[in-house]
Amino acid sequence: MGESLLSVKSLVKRFGAVQASNNFSLEVAQGELHALIGPNGAGKTTALNQLCGELMPDAGRVFFDGRQITRMPVYRRAQMGLARSYQITSVFEHLTVRENLSLAVQAHKGHSFRFWKKAVDDPVIRRAVLQAMARVGLEKRANMQAANLSHGEKRQMEVGMALAGHPKMLLMDEPYAGMGPGGAVELTKLIRKLKTEFTILLVEHDMSAVFSLADRITVLVYGQTIATGTPQEIRANPEVRQAYLGDEVNG
Amino acid sequence: MDKSPVNRKILSIAIGSALLLALPVLAGIAGESYLVTLFSRILIYALAAVSLDLILGFGGMVSLGHAAFFGIGAYVVGILSFHGFEGTPIIAWPFALGGHQSGLVLWPAAVLLAGAAAAVIGALSLRTSGIHFIMITLAFSQMLYYFFVSLEAYGGDDGISLFSRNTFPGIDLGNDTQFYYLCLAALAAFLFLSYRLVHSRFGMVIRGCKENERRMKSLGFSTFRYRLVCFIIAAAGAGLAGALIANQTEYVSPGLMHWTRSGEILVMVLLGGMGTLFGPVLGAITLLLLEEFLSIYTEHWMVYLGPFLVLMVLFAKRGIYGLIAGGNNNHG
Amino acid sequence: MLLFIEQLLNGLQLGIMLFLMSAGLTLVFGIMQVINLAHGSFYMIGAYVGATVTARTGSFILGILTALPAAALAGMAVEVLVLRRLYKKEHLDQVLATFGLIMFFNELTQIIWGRQPLYMDVPRWLSGSIELIPGIPYPSYRIAVICVGIMVGVLLYLLFTHTRIGMQIRAGASNREMAGALGVNIRLLYTLVFGLGTLLAGLAGVMAGPILAVEAGMGENILIFTFVVIVIGGIGSIRGALAGALLVGMVDTLGRAFLPTLFRLFLSAAYADGVAASLASMSVYILMAGVLVYRPRGLLPAHG
Repeated sequence: MGESLLSVKSLVKRFGAVQASNNFSLEVAQGELHALIGPNGAGKTTALNQLCGELMPDAGRVFFDGRQITRMPVYRRAQMGLARSYQITSVFEHLTVRENLSLAVQAHKGHSFRFWKKAVDDPVIRRAVLQAMARVGLEKRANMQAANLSHGEKRQMEVGMALAGHPKMLLMDEPYAGMGPGGAVELTKLIRKLKTEFTILLVEHDMSAVFSLADRITVLVYGQTIATGTPQEIRANPEVRQAYLGDEVNG
Repeated sequence: MDKSPVNRKILSIAIGSALLLALPVLAGIAGESYLVTLFSRILIYALAAVSLDLILGFGGMVSLGHAAFFGIGAYVVGILSFHGFEGTPIIAWPFALGGHQSGLVLWPAAVLLAGAAAAVIGALSLRTSGIHFIMITLAFSQMLYYFFVSLEAYGGDDGISLFSRNTFPGIDLGNDTQFYYLCLAALAAFLFLSYRLVHSRFGMVIRGCKENERRMKSLGFSTFRYRLVCFIIAAAGAGLAGALIANQTEYVSPGLMHWTRSGEILVMVLLGGMGTLFGPVLGAITLLLLEEFLSIYTEHWMVYLGPFLVLMVLFAKRGIYGLIAGGNNNHG
Repeated sequence: MLLFIEQLLNGLQLGIMLFLMSAGLTLVFGIMQVINLAHGSFYMIGAYVGATVTARTGSFILGILTALPAAALAGMAVEVLVLRRLYKKEHLDQVLATFGLIMFFNELTQIIWGRQPLYMDVPRWLSGSIELIPGIPYPSYRIAVICVGIMVGVLLYLLFTHTRIGMQIRAGASNREMAGALGVNIRLLYTLVFGLGTLLAGLAGVMAGPILAVEAGMGENILIFTFVVIVIGGIGSIRGALAGALLVGMVDTLGRAFLPTLFRLFLSAAYADGVAASLASMSVYILMAGVLVYRPRGLLPAHG
């Protein structure tokens, strides 16, 4: 087992009377695909937001790649190699696929306080953009406005954007949400391919995807980790079964 | 891909530029020499409007305090020219700083000081967004307005007059036609620089920040820094326009930085079409010509312009440039 | 010392005026999420109608009684015709549209009343002064303004915490769709809230009449301070509006009154007055900048 790339130690987050994160802990090893699951309202999104920096925990610590990032702003974590894709696709609707990916690439190729040369002509950026497009299979859509892509294609592009900077780790927030069966198959293929290159934390509801892709799974209930282990261990875990109460927990 | 919007755009810009270049000649033929001064004014406001479009149309920052930088540029020229003419120093201690009359010294000074003010105001204001940002930029520009009103030494509310326009090597700024061409050159240069800016890496980042700031941060961009630099660049442009207006009217007053002036410039950007760079030029031309000619018919032309503006906002958001050039006007 | 108390009361009085202006505006910001630059226009309408009616009838009370509905009705008309269409639009659109309204109202008042400012006299029954503290006479009129302001504050508090309609407003603020689904007529509610805001602005205007000149553009001058008050106090928060208004009123009044004296202590008279005047006019904005650095959401922001 590799060492932890991401180490979450007892995060606590309260919203008024609601305890969204109750000593939430998690370890993600280098190279693995780790899934975070839990029933609705378990606090998965809150947890994810604290990991990427959009929310600051009340207590607890987060370590990434050996450094403490608990209070680091979002953009610095991204620069360190922690990338994220959103549950509700968050891209640049009015820009083309190429421009979307260009921006993603630009973020990791030096600073952007360059005022003269056309960004679209920059050979360094162009090459990286072509690679990014190929990785997610969107070459044919290069010049289409993001707003005109299909739901699944937008998702793919967003993943492509998250990966454009060769992140050390990818946080995926319910990528299967709203996906039809065809799209889900494509997405699983894509994630399987990505697994070989990147460490992934997959927050997800879709059990079949989780059980077929994950190396390890952590179960979150009421803001607390109740179990961590391989898919088989989790499937057999009585507490987990109880937490889901009748939800299908088979592969 | 449908080329006609691009062609219409280029054609309309070409025609417009030709007309502007020929204006003094046309005015001479028509015997209406006041048109030259009128259009000098229009070009200067067009410059201010284009600079606002950078942060508004491309950056998505709704600033109601842009006129502050316009006014600062004007006052730099006003104060330094005043001292230059009088021969008195501005400050004697800790070092002697005298006045100046040369545009080559004054105008860069105007640009720099406007930029410096923007660095301070922007650093404070850009921590906020939405309604907060609008009100804060408004408040800061009013602060500067009241500050200049309180400067008795420089005329307070009444402002100061310049005894003559600045000097500039090779050109006689006192000659209205030469001054007009200088303004046209300044506008053209700024438009060109803005065009490069908008398509550069920096420009892409700014446009990204407008479109989806959350995404930009999660990609790794420090959006605050980029916005601040954009804010400063826009202010520099407004400062240059201010320096020119001081020369054009040979007079500066705090009214130049009143928030209603910011509102006027904002209207020009919207009227012409924001996010297009050329739209604001059209907007300035339209608004100022409207003012000029409507006021012949009625001194209360604003009572018509007000509702017209409301209707425009509700029904015709893309502005005149959007109507002329058509198509997707998101690429300047 | 006497001067200090007097200036303190002046600061309080200015604060009260600002509270009346900002209470309505912060409500509109907080509940309808609309930025309304034309709020000053209703202040102006209140002042103009009040001044005209008072001059014609000789009765200040009548002036107030006509100014209030005038401002409220004008406000509700604007809400129905224009503002309603702006709720879902971007802030830029709201800024531009309400800017157009300012132009319209300013010009309209000049058409109806001409360009010369109107003057309102302090009503005779309030033109004396009262010794609140023995030895310190203070104009009765200003005391009346302060009292009215306090009354309005109490009434607003009661309205929001103890009445059904107040509850509906607060519900509408937190969740428009839910409140609508529960049977609250949101459209009507918004119109009434807006009308309440403009009524308060009109009240401030008619009370300001005898103190300041009634002229086109008067609304814009006080509007800036109103915005500063709201930024300092926190958008959407009436308590914040009160705190901000009192703070701004005090800082501005006391600054103008005492900074010259303060500076004369260590600068020559000519310099002192100049620097003091400049600083006094900027003091409120410096205060705002300070608050922003430490509390970007204001001192007493409304809850989520």
